[in-house]
Amino acid sequence: MNGFEVDGVAIAVFCALFLLVTVLGFVAARWKRGDLDLIDEWGLGGRRFGTVITWFLLGGDLFTAYTFIAVPALVWGVGSGGFFALPYTILVFPLVFLVMPRLWSVASKHGYVTASDYVKGRYGSRGLASAVTFTGLLATMPYIALQLVGIQVVLGGLGIEGEWPLIIAFAILAAYTYTSGLRAPAMIALVKDTLIYATVVVAIIYIPSKVGGWDNIFSSAAQELPQRDEPGALVPGNPDAHVAYATLALGSAMALFLYPHALTAVLSSRSQDVVRRNMSLLPAWTFLLGLMALLGYMAIAAGVNVTEPNNAVPALFVDMFPSWFLGVAFAAIAIGALVPAAVMSIAAANLFTRNVWEEFVRKDISDREESQVAKIVSLLVKVGALAFVIFLPTQFAIDLQLLGGVWMLQTLPAVMIALYTRWFHHRGLLAGWLVGMVSGTWIAASQDFAPVWEIPVLGVTGYTALVALAVNLVVAAVITVLLGGRGRAARRDETRPEEYDELVETREPAPTVGAGVT
Amino acid sequence: MRRWYVLLVLPFLGLLYPPLYATEDPQLFGFPFFYWYQFLWVPLTAGLTYFVYRKTRPPEQPARRPTQPTGRFSRT
Repeated sequence: MNGFEVDGVAIAVFCALFLLVTVLGFVAARWKRGDLDLIDEWGLGGRRFGTVITWFLLGGDLFTAYTFIAVPALVWGVGSGGFFALPYTILVFPLVFLVMPRLWSVASKHGYVTASDYVKGRYGSRGLASAVTFTGLLATMPYIALQLVGIQVVLGGLGIEGEWPLIIAFAILAAYTYTSGLRAPAMIALVKDTLIYATVVVAIIYIPSKVGGWDNIFSSAAQELPQRDEPGALVPGNPDAHVAYATLALGSAMALFLYPHALTAVLSSRSQDVVRRNMSLLPAWTFLLGLMALLGYMAIAAGVNVTEPNNAVPALFVDMFPSWFLGVAFAAIAIGALVPAAVMSIAAANLFTRNVWEEFVRKDISDREESQVAKIVSLLVKVGALAFVIFLPTQFAIDLQLLGGVWMLQTLPAVMIALYTRWFHHRGLLAGWLVGMVSGTWIAASQDFAPVWEIPVLGVTGYTALVALAVNLVVAAVITVLLGGRGRAARRDETRPEEYDELVETREPAPTVGAGVT
Repeated sequence: MRRWYVLLVLPFLGLLYPPLYATEDPQLFGFPFFYWYQFLWVPLTAGLTYFVYRKTRPPEQPARRPTQPTGRFSRT
């Protein structure tokens, strides 16, 4: 593949750490003990995670292995344009600070497990809820596949070729996700996050000292980038690049918490207060991501020579680190893939079970059967992602993941705006969603999956997802006005305004299920 | 109390207009302005969010009532 040499010591350290998290994954079933035959316990950890666990889980879940490979790869390839990941992950937290506590409150009140549950409760519309479900599943699948790509890149860096190690790693992941549910990634996140932090701190102290300091890192990047086939720059120079930079940051920030795996981690926390407090603590991850991004420039300064940008960071590590630490660094990234892959598959399983299976196939499902279906679906989702990576070109998963951001953002009116107002008509929202999905996909495809598009009339180059969202909102608003109140009376809103602000807390131990409400 | 939320607009103003910071100088520890300026917003935003969190927190500890989901779990 890329001709990395087999490194015995690094592989040994890597395998030892991998074994450690495997054990943890299975032990997690006994942690904060609950009845894992209930979807609330299996798929949301009983909604009992406090500030610290939520911080580790959300950090491990949002800042995925693929991010840690792809962001520096992008910076290595195009320079400053790839750095939008920093403002993106800065702005996402104040945004979420405003919005997510409302969703947490109303979800805990009504026992919602997914965004589609909420949309159905809010609008009484199966069609709209199904649109949100479909979007979530569609965007999550390639994202899981990309986590596998992350593991593949790391295994390649260790000199391990072929598909079987990947299959083994994923089989192990599937097994403990099945038995332990969300508790497994929550526990593994503790190890993963520690390893990632150690790796990055060592990398940003040690590597600059070996390549002539930060001055040299930035000046080599400034020299090298303009000479690329598609010239990059150390600082975005023209107005087009500025608009692209800002819209990518804003659009990505708005889309992130619409992803099912982000919602799952938010809903698993114990209280609204935990969610809010975490939004001021999670930027520690943003800082780390920014430092990771600079590894792209370090690779330039170190004269790393790779054909595939995704190999820039592994190649840099192989050049710089002694074998044993190489094992730690690569384990950090590979384990970093397991946490989000597990949460994503659980989120997809929750979605499928509650909003497809129960909605359309088995309406009178029992609680036990519900969690059983979710467990099986979490396995199928992983097999699907594995097949994706093995049988289809990697570029396909990358293109689809990019589209995933465009798609997820189209659910913003139905999920996030709905937290504030029910002004939009559900048919308007559905039509807006459809138009947004189709136009966004069409624009992205016609641009050969470049994330930005030169908008006609306006003449600026902006993030496709935001363009599609604008179209979406206009369509939704026009149809809402045209329909007036028609067809609305029959659709009941089961949520009440005060439920969005309530400061309830799910208590330890878990609330007694079946406390005789209905 | 809610007026404190306005503070959260600051990072958006500071970051969504790149011409404001898309320059190489002044440098800091070898970092071009473009980079250290954005890094600076990380602790700033975290601090602002924490401040707003403290200010908008209800004066008393949140009520420790267990939730009573009225959704599916309630009918075992």
